[in-house]
Amino acid sequence: MLHLRVAEPMRECEYSQISTRSSTPMETPYKKRTPKRRKWQAFPGRNKFFCNGRIMMARQTGVFYLTLVLILVTSGLFFAFDCPFLSMQITPAIPVIGGVLFVFVLGTLFRTSFSDPGVLPRATPDEAADLERQIDVANGSSSGYRPPPRTREVVINGQTVKLKYCFTCKIFRPPRASHCSLCDNCVERFDHHCPWVGNCVGKRNYRFFYMFILSLSFLTIFIFAFVITHVILRSHRYGFLNTLKDSPASVLEVVVCFFSVWSIVGLSGFHTYLISSNQTTNEDIKGSWSSKRGKGNYNPYSHGNVFTNCCAALCGPLPPSLIDRRGFVQSDTPQPIPPTNGITMYGSTQSQSHMAAATPLLQSEPVILTDEAFLPGRTSLGGPCSGALPLGGHPTPPTSTPNLSCDNDMLPLRNEQSDGLRHHHTDGGHHHFLTPEEAPSPPGMLPCGSPLGHSHTIQGFYNPASQDSLHEDSVRGLVKLSSV
Amino acid sequence: MERAGTHGEMTLTGEKRDWTHSLQDMRQQAAIAAKVFIQRDYTNGTVCQFQTKFPSELETRIDKQQFEETVRTLNNLYAEAEKLGGSSYLEGCLACLTAYTIFLCMETHYEKVLKKIAKFIQEQNDKIYAPRGLLLTDPIERGLRVVEVTIFEDRSLGR
Repeated sequence: MLHLRVAEPMRECEYSQISTRSSTPMETPYKKRTPKRRKWQAFPGRNKFFCNGRIMMARQTGVFYLTLVLILVTSGLFFAFDCPFLSMQITPAIPVIGGVLFVFVLGTLFRTSFSDPGVLPRATPDEAADLERQIDVANGSSSGYRPPPRTREVVINGQTVKLKYCFTCKIFRPPRASHCSLCDNCVERFDHHCPWVGNCVGKRNYRFFYMFILSLSFLTIFIFAFVITHVILRSHRYGFLNTLKDSPASVLEVVVCFFSVWSIVGLSGFHTYLISSNQTTNEDIKGSWSSKRGKGNYNPYSHGNVFTNCCAALCGPLPPSLIDRRGFVQSDTPQPIPPTNGITMYGSTQSQSHMAAATPLLQSEPVILTDEAFLPGRTSLGGPCSGALPLGGHPTPPTSTPNLSCDNDMLPLRNEQSDGLRHHHTDGGHHHFLTPEEAPSPPGMLPCGSPLGHSHTIQGFYNPASQDSLHEDSVRGLVKLSSV
Repeated sequence: MERAGTHGEMTLTGEKRDWTHSLQDMRQQAAIAAKVFIQRDYTNGTVCQFQTKFPSELETRIDKQQFEETVRTLNNLYAEAEKLGGSSYLEGCLACLTAYTIFLCMETHYEKVLKKIAKFIQEQNDKIYAPRGLLLTDPIERGLRVVEVTIFEDRSLGR
């Protein structure tokens, strides 16, 4: 079964190289046979997709369901037990306002959790090869065992910013972008990975995230205040113990709200500060733009005043998703073509030596990871990855999170393969940061921390310094957030 | 005129984009000689701008001014898409008030400009680049990372 799937797409690749987009009678019946895959099914990152690509979430969604349950149960109990009394004794506006807040909270939560945070699609093989060539030229001959770190400096509004090269996505990350190790994607304007919403928070969903925590703060305070009011008013009439007997849910609500208020209101305050100064959580944790670093250090992205910063973050134009989840995978879109074909096509103008330097990168990829492998690479990995590789010997642990997909056939395959990859990376010997956020997941599922674990153990392009520090910082950010 | 051999690439708004017949002919006949990538220019921050530096591989194929003009127009269009101003704030507030359901009926300003950009690139390809054996790829198909210029071999020019 697996072999059949590998054979067909490979052949399709060969045909399309000869004549792109032609409709010769020989080709058309062949093309009609192959099923059309949507791009989300071939997505290289570690995400889960639902409803045929319309919904996009991170892999670990357990905590998201907890968030949902907490909100639904607490609000449900409030409307069921406290609102009748309150609407009669005080005003019926209370459940109405509560209802509006509740709907707003859920709406923004879903919007944050289900939308694309601003994932940057990975470089096509041509782009990656071109960048490699540029880097090789810039560095000269490879100096010994460790090549110099791949960074580019750019001056933005008077501040020097370093652009780092992402080894997984094979791009120079735009400023403020960061690679999320949990989702294995580069995300634009990466704020943090929030397990409570089950997604990364980045450029495209930051405003929804902010509105979610803000409205949740209001809802929590609202429920807390009115449950206390309810208990007090009832106690005046019927006594405290009787009140507790009549409305036991109130106790639960008070407890939940009391503990939530501190963290959520604190988080809202923190993010209000971030928005008004136009910083990301990452930048704030690292102190990138703090004046402590130097006299001339300032935030080059800030618009100058608080009002403009807030407007830009919350009401600015919403960029569209760059990954086109629901589009169909084209047979002639750039896919990892086998190295021999690649050289034949580009041999004339590009120097053979450069292609030779680039192809080892392409060649080793199908063995190690599924980054750019669309049709051929992905399915063929199922075999070698779990069996033949020396690193991962034992079977992968099963995923614990429920699979709610509307299309069930593709997802289990994706999850298994990703698990296989992650598992063999764990054995690769790179140190991992276990944050409190990762604790809820089963122990066998340590995320493979460093993106550089992927092709470098074989390639020798090992650069722990810059990658790990960025990693450590973003992970530290997660730790700090959880303690808020 | 029947447009042959289109799979129908799905754009963000779900429309199928058809390549013109002449471009298909060219792609059928010509082999790709090389690809040049115009990288992003981050000197103005995170807004989408591309470097206007003229790549050396294109020196023999196209006029420097012409190329820089194309890139500059592209940059202006992207700046228009991301512009912060009264109209974008209004759209943002309206969207928030309607709980973003308004985007089920209408396109965002950004998407409208992206369509304009797609049309501009197709136009440029038809008029200027295809006759010279070059092809510009819409940056949105490369995640707004690069402008990919495909250089076709010379034998496609003698038609």
